[in-house]
Amino acid sequence: MQEIKREILTAKAAELLENGTVTRVLGWKRGEFDYDVTPAVFESAAELEEGFVWNDFCGANFSKYLIKETAKGEGKVLVFLKPCDTYSFNQLLTEHRFDREKVYAVGVPCAGMLDISRIKESAEGVLAVRTEGDQVLVDTLYDGTLTLDRAELLPDRCKHCKSKKHVAYDELLGEEGEVLDSHRFDEVEALEKMTPDERFAFWQNELSRCIRCNACRDVCPACTCEKCVFDNPESGVENKAAATSFEEKMFHIIRAFHVVGRCTDCGECSRVCPQHIPLHLLNRKFIKDIDNFYGEYQAGAEVGSRAPIVNYTEGDLEPGEAVKRGETHA
Amino acid sequence: MRKVSLDKLDQLFAGIASREALYLPVDTAAGAKFERWAEGKQLSDALNTVRSPKDFFFPQTENLMDFKMEGKKIEIIDTRTESEDFVIFGVRGCDVKSFEVLDHVFLSEPADTYYKNRRDHATIVSMACLKPVETCFCGTFGIDASNPEGDIVCHKTADALYLDAKTEKGEKLLAALSDLTEEADAAPVEEQKALIKERLAKLPLADLKADAFGSGKTDEFFDAPEWKELSESCLGCGTCTFVCPTCQCYDIKDFNTGHGVKRFRCWDSCMYSEFTKMSAGQPRLTQLERFRQRFMHKLVYYPTNYDGLFSCVGCGRCVAKCPIQMNIVKVMKKLGGRANV
Repeated sequence: MQEIKREILTAKAAELLENGTVTRVLGWKRGEFDYDVTPAVFESAAELEEGFVWNDFCGANFSKYLIKETAKGEGKVLVFLKPCDTYSFNQLLTEHRFDREKVYAVGVPCAGMLDISRIKESAEGVLAVRTEGDQVLVDTLYDGTLTLDRAELLPDRCKHCKSKKHVAYDELLGEEGEVLDSHRFDEVEALEKMTPDERFAFWQNELSRCIRCNACRDVCPACTCEKCVFDNPESGVENKAAATSFEEKMFHIIRAFHVVGRCTDCGECSRVCPQHIPLHLLNRKFIKDIDNFYGEYQAGAEVGSRAPIVNYTEGDLEPGEAVKRGETHA
Repeated sequence: MRKVSLDKLDQLFAGIASREALYLPVDTAAGAKFERWAEGKQLSDALNTVRSPKDFFFPQTENLMDFKMEGKKIEIIDTRTESEDFVIFGVRGCDVKSFEVLDHVFLSEPADTYYKNRRDHATIVSMACLKPVETCFCGTFGIDASNPEGDIVCHKTADALYLDAKTEKGEKLLAALSDLTEEADAAPVEEQKALIKERLAKLPLADLKADAFGSGKTDEFFDAPEWKELSESCLGCGTCTFVCPTCQCYDIKDFNTGHGVKRFRCWDSCMYSEFTKMSAGQPRLTQLERFRQRFMHKLVYYPTNYDGLFSCVGCGRCVAKCPIQMNIVKVMKKLGGRANV
């Protein structure tokens, strides 16, 4: 269950609309079910009352929406940010992707969001979902109410949550948390321990499912090019059709390289993948390598930091050393 | 009506596979998918495969022809091969209906011979849905999940699979499998149909109506102010179109191999910024226009072109898969509600 109640958020939003601090609110909107909440713009207390949702399915990271929203013109937009969202928020500011003056950011504590596909692995016909302490109660069409272990229903990004601390906000609701020891590189280490053939087979199996819907790219707060090279028919790499089932690796590996040092590990790519490809592992491998080679670095931890990868210092690792260390994993 | 006991299902599959290629949904760690049957592969009970069976007739990519250049001569090489006979087993009622939607597009004169080749060689064995879920709304489009269409219709009970041939193709296949099946009484099937109907009536989306939409309604909905709100947070990705069993838009492009050209066709998505780009530019410049295109196509343009038939079959894949949880149900409720005011 989330620490802060929906009513606290709607009251805060209504107050800020009322006193003129903001003209609109980015929030999550009620759907047909408990779990299908949609990012939406609210412009009045009445709209908030009717549709605003804050529950265990508000996973969407709003940071990227701020680019479009702040470009709309006058007036400030209120955005609710979970701790992980604030890293993307800072990173986008570092890259000058939106106007900070046009945003009023309210930090909201997060107890981790649920992954509906994990719930559906155990529940057929989900009618309602509610959390009580460590348990999730699921009303189903055929099996009555199921009681599931909440910890088992978290997506990987929440299971290995890197921070309960908000690194950016104008105002914070509830208690501030800490940066966590997330064990988020455990899975990467498991991949590194594989032989190259095993690793190749792992990624071949995962990426051969890619249907190239581009959802990972379109949701990614680090992918904000106005025109993606993969959408440009003139680029020669538009790549609308894959010649083999594994050709999509090119897209994913190039994309992972493109966001190196800028990816905050928000995990949106894996959340939206309709084929459940663990794309965040590619990004985490790069983050882990940067940590190893150049010292620990968390993209978005503050505004204006230069990623080690684009910031030369005399103490930098010689490229040969990276290759040598890489070989120990070969 | 024939039946086979569930413990002999493997023999039935082996029997079909000895005659022609057999594809069926199997469970994988990433959801159900259609795979070619081989010893040991089990029929999934999942309702939706992640990718719809439209792939069998309209694959995501396919080679149409090759060109070879020698001096000033261009040779056109037909790369088509005759499709082998195959059976798709366990297709749900919604997906069977999607074939009809695709047929209108690809088999209308001039017929798409690539599509037709595969369609002609396929036998569809459908499966009634014993446990429809909350994202299902096939009934909205007149589909009966208790009694789907198909060459052979199956009902799976606790101990047996009942098979009922509905077409000549289906009768032919069932006749060939007569050693593996036995004559059956239809009572258990009728009982299951009644149970499914009861369940369908209780689904949360059972009341969803498409009446407000249909042929000739373009002017009514095209400029609706609701499109703005509905499309506001759309990411412009292609998830809905690529998991959709009826989305049929494609692009045809040439690939330069260095010593020739391969002309291929691949799925395209109206959600993409370059969709139907012409020399004069894009006809739909904003995401609102692209978003509107998809839903107007399903609910208005297609019915206008094909006798009122909607090109949504209510399978619920987009409901389950959209990254921002915007989908045709929400669109219909918002716009349909408007029309009824």
